[in-house]
Amino acid sequence: MGTKIMNKTAKGPLIPYIFWILLFVIAPIALIVYYSVLDLNGNFTLTNYAKFFTPVYLKMTLSSFWYAFLITLFTLLFAYPTAYLLTKTKHKQLWLMLIIIPSWINLLLKTYAFIGIFGLYGPINAMIEVFGFNPKQILFTDFSFVFVSVYIFIPFMIIPIFNSLDKMNPSLIYAARDLGASSWTTFRRVIFPLTIDGVKSGIQVTFIPALSLFMITRLIAGNQVITLGTAIEQQFLVSQNWGMGSTIAVFLILFMVLTMLFTRQKSKGGRV
Amino acid sequence: MRDLIQATVAIVIVCALLFVAVDRMQSAGSAGSKDTLTVYNWGEYIDPELIDKFEEETGIKVTYETFDSNEAMLTKVQQGGSAYDIAVPSEYTIESMKDDDLLIPIDHSLVPNLQNINEDFLDLPFDPGNEYSIPYFWGTVGIVYNPNLIEDHLTFESWDDLWDPSLERKIFLVDGSREVIGMGLNSIGHSLNVKDDKLLREATDNLIKLSPNIKAIIGDEITPLMINNEASVALTFSGQAADMMWENEELEFAVPQEGSNLWFDNMVIPKTSKNIEGAHKFINFMLDAENAAQNTDYVGYSSPNEAAWELLDEEVVDDERFYPSHEQREKLEVYENLGLEWLGKYNEYFLEFKMSF
Amino acid sequence: MKKLSAMSKMYLIFVFAVLYAPIFYLIFYSFNSGGSMNNFESFTLEHYAAVFEDSRLIIILLNTVLVALLSGLIATIIGTLGAIGIVSIKDKKMRNTLLSLNNVLIVSPDVVIGASFLILFTMIGVKLGFASVLVSHVAFSVPIVVLMVLPKLLEMNTSLIDAARDLGATKRDVLMRVILPYISPGIFAGFFMALTYSLDDFAVTFFVTGNGFSTLSVEIYSMARAGISLTINAISGLVFAVTVLIVIGYYFINKRSKSVATGGHR
Repeated sequence: MGTKIMNKTAKGPLIPYIFWILLFVIAPIALIVYYSVLDLNGNFTLTNYAKFFTPVYLKMTLSSFWYAFLITLFTLLFAYPTAYLLTKTKHKQLWLMLIIIPSWINLLLKTYAFIGIFGLYGPINAMIEVFGFNPKQILFTDFSFVFVSVYIFIPFMIIPIFNSLDKMNPSLIYAARDLGASSWTTFRRVIFPLTIDGVKSGIQVTFIPALSLFMITRLIAGNQVITLGTAIEQQFLVSQNWGMGSTIAVFLILFMVLTMLFTRQKSKGGRV
Repeated sequence: MRDLIQATVAIVIVCALLFVAVDRMQSAGSAGSKDTLTVYNWGEYIDPELIDKFEEETGIKVTYETFDSNEAMLTKVQQGGSAYDIAVPSEYTIESMKDDDLLIPIDHSLVPNLQNINEDFLDLPFDPGNEYSIPYFWGTVGIVYNPNLIEDHLTFESWDDLWDPSLERKIFLVDGSREVIGMGLNSIGHSLNVKDDKLLREATDNLIKLSPNIKAIIGDEITPLMINNEASVALTFSGQAADMMWENEELEFAVPQEGSNLWFDNMVIPKTSKNIEGAHKFINFMLDAENAAQNTDYVGYSSPNEAAWELLDEEVVDDERFYPSHEQREKLEVYENLGLEWLGKYNEYFLEFKMSF
Repeated sequence: MKKLSAMSKMYLIFVFAVLYAPIFYLIFYSFNSGGSMNNFESFTLEHYAAVFEDSRLIIILLNTVLVALLSGLIATIIGTLGAIGIVSIKDKKMRNTLLSLNNVLIVSPDVVIGASFLILFTMIGVKLGFASVLVSHVAFSVPIVVLMVLPKLLEMNTSLIDAARDLGATKRDVLMRVILPYISPGIFAGFFMALTYSLDDFAVTFFVTGNGFSTLSVEIYSMARAGISLTINAISGLVFAVTVLIVIGYYFINKRSKSVATGGHR
């Protein structure tokens, strides 16, 4: 029936996509795996993998996950209400665009701006002083790191949630309210389940890249936070040890697959 | 659907317009010249007016491309694919490029202005006889500090001052394993080129004791932060220190007595060059006393060009913090190419130090 | 529709204030005669004048926008078709494998992507420059488009398609008249996110560019060692102003023409 037709329409569209996967995903993965089993002199070795299980790298992996988790959590906490309220505004598409626009200004520049804003003599500390407190060290702390990361990812989280909220049938909510459900129950039982796909999309595009954040670990966290991305960067560009860098990248890809399994989007109804 | 089609058409039209505009502007810039030269350099590391002047004098059209680290530049040159005629790497990278046979020897007869360079900067161990490289800028690694924000007895004549308990959470370190581990080695009286696990261990242990004093380990953004007095003390390169002091007059710069690093950025001709003759012309042009002086004025780093010193402000050239005397330079060491294995070890120790926070 | 409560408004104002704070900070200092983003000395327009005098910088800016728009468009087409293809796959394993592969580029650090693309391009013998940068940007933007389009496709009701088929629509019609209009918010979201990826990318572009082609990001990053000039602030300020004007202008023109069109039907 309908599903079969969908199948047929779909084979053609997949061709460029499959081509893209072969050339720009499979080929680089093959290269990474190949490099990961080479030592500095280009001979086969498994020592890179053994090294990944030493305390230094394990500790780094754990802290990477912890920070990625925090970042994702806070991004979701701030993004969901924003997306929800945006759908209630008059010019909602315009407001949504205005959420995206800041992300088009170069990240390094914005990071420099944050350095100025959070600085000891920046506007935030000036405000703190107005209220009679001593200036606080905001830069180079866990707080500033998580804050700027959330700043970077928030549009990526808002958009899918906005899109799934936007097309939601309002009569469902009215129905729930008419049946006597409280706002919280309506949200928990009706709204949230209906937007779960958008939330999952948002989590994927936040959590996964958060594992490999690198630039702001140095600029905003002053290297007090070291993520897997930072380590790979260092191995490639400073140590020029592509083997070890690739090994960490292999693990990163494995972690990504695991994340995907956890946030898998189940297809509903009789389609596919 | 109408939205989608409309948007697609609009984007295609805008792209076409942009394409035409870029094409127009590019051909306007290179009117009538077939001879081109690609210069690969750090950003903001040359006075753009000099490029215009070079183009006018020689009729060669210059394409200027930039990189942000020696290692990234090296990867690009190794892979080929783009015809770089001039590059400006640091000395340890020059050594490894030489080893990998990535450089073209420089014909000194085509570079008469080489005589302008002070002989102290010629014939150095990383490139004997300057067979492959010509000095561009040079400097040291030292400590920038704000005397108003720290205790008076700290003058950084010695690296040990960094360990002073009064500096808790007040120090920035530059994010480089050679610089930080090198400083650790210097502070316990060893060369910053050692290949000895025991000494590296000792240096790292000593550095770990420093960690309570560290505020952050950062990169180039150290400049705006120090200008803004975000930290009182920073380990950094002399050229950046000069930038900071230009903006923030309270700052001071010192190179501790135990010794430190002396670095060079030199011009080289990579194997990828397709205009070797033009590359020589460019090198000779940059060595001209007047041009070198103008460039030094613009960039603010220390120039190796003795003839240019005459044209610069006396204040600049006589400043021993940035133009240390011959005797002072005796204590400074140039980085040797450690080889990948030892470079890796330096990085592992550096990582261990970073994780000790 | 209910009006937003005062609390809700406050919350939205707060979110927007935070999102725009660094940008206004940058623009504020673009008028600083002091030459750096530290102490504001006095008002000047010299940095804006410098932008227009520097034809190299303008070429770089135009190239940056060109690559972003074009790669965004191509990636959106490939990604949208890919997403439609993925949901039509019956085999669950196959589908999950494709989705995992899709995300590899999102999780890979830029240096790894850049270096492996560089090796790939030199292996095939592609000349580095505009084309290689464009292709790379398309490549790393495709997965984000897929991820933005997918939830819309998944929540789409199959009965719509069945109904269209029953009414005698062809495969093409179903795609053009039912599927695409329904998922178009996802498609736009994907395109805008692809723009973000492209405009922000430094590392990948750095590795795959060559022969004089450069983008704003590469330029800004390589300036860091000697200090980023306020000309860059000025250029960002200009880009920001123009973008906001275009978006707002486009939105209201679009809205007006739509209401005129619907009005005409009555």
